[in-house]
Amino acid sequence: MNRNVVIGLGHHYRSDDDAGLEAARRLRARSLRKTAVIEHEGDAVDLVQLWAGAQVAVVIDAVRSGMAPGTIHRVDVTGERIPDHPRRDSSHAVGLADAVELGRALGLLPDRLVVVGIEGADFTPGVGLSPEVAVAVDEVVELVVAEMMPLAALGGTG
Amino acid sequence: MTHKTTGTRTLEVDTLARVEGEGGMVVRARDGKVEEVQLKIYEPPRFFEAFLRGRKYTEPPDITARICGICPVAYQMSSCHAIEQACGVTVDGPIRDLRHLLYCGEWIESHALHVYLLHAPDFLGYESAIELARDHKEIVEKGLQLKKVGNEILELVGGRAIHPINVKVGGFYRVPTRRKLLGLRDRLEWALQASLETVRLVSGFDFPDFDQEYTFVGLRHPTEYAILGGRIVSDRGLDIAIDEFGDNFEEVHVAHSNALHARMRGGGAYFTGPMARYNLNRDQLAPEAGRSAVEAGLGERVTNPFRSIVVRAVETAHACEQALALIDGYAEPDRPAVAVEPRAGVGHGCTEAPRGILYHRYEIDEKGDILDATIVPPTSQNQAQIEHDLRDFVNPRLHLDQHTLTHQCEQAIRNYDPCISCATHFLDLEVITQ
Repeated sequence: MNRNVVIGLGHHYRSDDDAGLEAARRLRARSLRKTAVIEHEGDAVDLVQLWAGAQVAVVIDAVRSGMAPGTIHRVDVTGERIPDHPRRDSSHAVGLADAVELGRALGLLPDRLVVVGIEGADFTPGVGLSPEVAVAVDEVVELVVAEMMPLAALGGTG
Repeated sequence: MTHKTTGTRTLEVDTLARVEGEGGMVVRARDGKVEEVQLKIYEPPRFFEAFLRGRKYTEPPDITARICGICPVAYQMSSCHAIEQACGVTVDGPIRDLRHLLYCGEWIESHALHVYLLHAPDFLGYESAIELARDHKEIVEKGLQLKKVGNEILELVGGRAIHPINVKVGGFYRVPTRRKLLGLRDRLEWALQASLETVRLVSGFDFPDFDQEYTFVGLRHPTEYAILGGRIVSDRGLDIAIDEFGDNFEEVHVAHSNALHARMRGGGAYFTGPMARYNLNRDQLAPEAGRSAVEAGLGERVTNPFRSIVVRAVETAHACEQALALIDGYAEPDRPAVAVEPRAGVGHGCTEAPRGILYHRYEIDEKGDILDATIVPPTSQNQAQIEHDLRDFVNPRLHLDQHTLTHQCEQAIRNYDPCISCATHFLDLEVITQ
């Protein structure tokens, strides 16, 4: 049984918003032990159920903070909220930051929840990542593999 | 607190909360009268229409499913119907039943999301579902459980809950066994009871007094509460085949956004979605859903959009009952899909997405290459009506203070469960440097 989950969040046809999904696609090819890898393009509210019961959950999403494209952000949100900009250019009805807080209110957070953000440059309708973002996706894949490695060692075989 | 009604007053929301996608609203009033309403909630899926040109006739179900993360099945079904019509194919029998079942799953998950997580907080006096969950965990949990049952249908029939991958022009890649479908029965029985409880819960909310004159437009099917097809009808005498959509409706550019507003040719704004369906097809609701509507006091006709939350709850119950009936009657088809060979032509498809009618039109050549694509989603069609609502809603309420009135306007918009095509999912992160 999978004890961990990696979720790539995004929109395939919104340029750099595909970053989280692309990272998930590449991570699936790495066959992480005891770890489910999910590409999620719908409302973030579903995340609450996708990560519930997991030991460790990592959510990879494109972000916009004003920093250089390709910048990688890693935030452990198990004990603190995501420092987002509520109600300003928010994306979906229930966004990632909302889903984290909803999970917290309902007692449905995993033991550890890490958000890995990839700073995007272009979120207009289109296909394909900006070069800096594509490079960052490679780095994030390695970062997540490293994040999960100690757990796989603890998890034994199977 | 009240507000003086002389002089100029502007209500502005840059980003509407609890609306699918990025949207904004501006209402300007002068001397106690609304002068201007601008709603920027909808970007037409023009990228997708352009992106589809030159692609194969088999691709629209997969590509257009990604326009909306909440209603991918609606896009898949409208596109499949349009392509199949262009190719001279009709899909019926158990494959159509499976499509119907899949669509019921989408109605359940989409309506549960809107009723419990987006709309209920308005009526219960909470800023969001998060605050609601802190005080009334059981309400939000029920909403999530209900949504999950819808997702489970999507997973089993569609291959996965978000952007089902098992759908193709002509049917499915694989079909579930009867035994697998029967495995959903207990969950659906629970969901039906939960939906009926939901009707009772939301019908007890306080609704602002706001009955309006509307033209309701939806599909009407001879034998079922229309989801998958039928004729396009209105409560004012319109009764046309889906092919005639373009002759009767048009999209016009509006100055204040990139949006296109759909309107009836020679008519004007119209209303599509759950309330329109209820008013047009109430007699075809499944038995328990129909009874719950009567008990909830919905009557023969609903004209107050704030009560749309009750209609959505009734439709959730209907979708559960319909899904149970489809499962009970299911026999595995001999083959998962009907063969669809390309031929030059034009096809039209229209189905009832959770938010209202979704129209697709494709022109393909003899090799099956797409020459032209048109997609008219429900929110594009409702946009003009929402602006009318805002105007009529705000005028008698200009004495209210800014915060209250702005909040009530947002609520009036959420009555329509508006959805922005192709919304991004990125996180707007605030980096605090110390």
